[in-house]
Amino acid sequence: MTVLSQETITKIDQWTQKYPPEQRRSAVLPALLIAQDAHDGWLSPAIIEAVADYLAIPHIAAFEVASFYSMYELTPIGKHKISVCTNISCQLAGCQSIVEHLEQRCKTKLGATSADGQFTLRSVECMGACIHAPMLEVNKQYHENLTPEKVDELLSQLTNAGKPS
Amino acid sequence: MTVLNQVCYRVLHVPESWTLKAYESIGGWSVWRKIIQEQTPPEEIVAELKLSGLRGRGGAGFPTGLKWSFINRNAPGQKYVLCNSDEGEPGTCKDRDILRYNPHQLLEGMAIACYVMGASKAYNYIRGEYYEGIERCEAALKEAYNAGLLGKNILSTDQTIDIYNHMGAGAYICGEETALMESLEGKKGLPRFKPPFPANYGLYGQPTTINNTETIASVPVILQNGGQWFLDLGRPNNGGTKIFSVSGHVNNPGNFEVPLGTPFVELLKLAGGVRTGHRLKAVIPGGSSMPVLPADIMLTTDMDYDSLVKAGSMLGSGAVIVMDETTCMVKVLARLSEFYKDESCGQCTPCREGTGWLARLVHRIEHGQGRMEDIDALERVAANICGRTICALGEAAAWPVQGIIKHFRAEFIYHVEHKGCLPECQH
Repeated sequence: MTVLSQETITKIDQWTQKYPPEQRRSAVLPALLIAQDAHDGWLSPAIIEAVADYLAIPHIAAFEVASFYSMYELTPIGKHKISVCTNISCQLAGCQSIVEHLEQRCKTKLGATSADGQFTLRSVECMGACIHAPMLEVNKQYHENLTPEKVDELLSQLTNAGKPS
Repeated sequence: MTVLNQVCYRVLHVPESWTLKAYESIGGWSVWRKIIQEQTPPEEIVAELKLSGLRGRGGAGFPTGLKWSFINRNAPGQKYVLCNSDEGEPGTCKDRDILRYNPHQLLEGMAIACYVMGASKAYNYIRGEYYEGIERCEAALKEAYNAGLLGKNILSTDQTIDIYNHMGAGAYICGEETALMESLEGKKGLPRFKPPFPANYGLYGQPTTINNTETIASVPVILQNGGQWFLDLGRPNNGGTKIFSVSGHVNNPGNFEVPLGTPFVELLKLAGGVRTGHRLKAVIPGGSSMPVLPADIMLTTDMDYDSLVKAGSMLGSGAVIVMDETTCMVKVLARLSEFYKDESCGQCTPCREGTGWLARLVHRIEHGQGRMEDIDALERVAANICGRTICALGEAAAWPVQGIIKHFRAEFIYHVEHKGCLPECQH
């Protein structure tokens, strides 16, 4: 049985206390995001069950949420998940060339993970940065008004992060 | 000269505008202090809102004062106030800047709403991707509690109001008010059948008032300057200001808070005009769900609820998506139809199946495999969705189809005949 770490539980408890005691289920959306962050960015069935158990809700209730909302990953992903908006405002601002550039530089396709496990590329719906299109999000940061040069700079930062200088 | 930022963005010029100090420096929280100290009768607040002409800024444009009068504040039991910060209508990013840059005004508005509704609890449902907004709202909440503006014994009275930030996890449908409530209850965001309406049966089955972020953030300023002042900023039945997110083919995209009734040409000028060297082709004036309008109509239209209805579209969320002559309208519709197919919650057959059909038909035409009868089929499928679903996502998927084909049918015919775009199209 998978057990959530004390750190994860502490973080989840910051959410459960916001709702009436008999409505712990309300915390399931944030709880799954917290658990996902703590487990390499994706939710295995065992982790979804552990979150459900902790909130005292049926497993199926947590599985329904995990499969309905787009921010959950249900299969292993790369070290950096890059979410590129391809919706209308970004399309008009030329996101296609950003997507192509990313695919080339990350050596993978939209929707897939690079062979070295560094990058997962996702096409996402409008992220609400339409006036700074085109945009992408990685590691909870928005990067806006993208150009191929900016993408290069970002990717080298991501690749070098954690390496000894 | 159009005056900018008089309401929801009024603090933006102050450094670190998201702090309590910055907000108080422009008179923030003073309305709340006055209400608590004087115990203003809630009816007076509702009357002021009715006078102001404030209408819902999330898309539907429902009169806010009227909505606030639906709740029986003296009825026993828990009541809730919800703020809908699940901004997701493509093209729209106005609430993001309220959450990031003026969270205290939103909190003040939510506190006032709780006071009027007799609700001791409120939730601000923020979309999960707005990391910065969530952080700023959490920090603002802490500051407000520490200052005694929220929580137990507000400003040393026996008033108790608790406000919490909640986080979504990626689903456009949760911007629909009853789907938002389901989601806040920890479920899939499936819209509820109405009636019963949220005022009777809302969050956890309790009476609930839900408003958009911009709507709630407007309230403190309306009460500070008076309903008449707000009404006079705009036009009758279209009171106040509106934030327009102008994106697409303009030189200076941005969020512009301008009086309702501002001519589109003025707004376009604020956004730096159409990309240099290009000419206006079409505009989606109110977020991706609203029917597109061609340049000649837009150039003579004013930006308010009634003018845009008269022009054949709607104000919606205020996202103004500008397209120049290089835009392929088939490609635009292909992307939008894909979006609605992705985001349909799947509960109503006409929407679940219809959005799939729309996306496949437009995709086929865009990729040179379309037949002439596909264009009629698009219109037929769109018409068959409308009015046959629990929520408005069905219409939101159908209206772009109907609008684009109405004004740009020739482009669809060209695509079928030539198996590709008009020569000038690049996007």
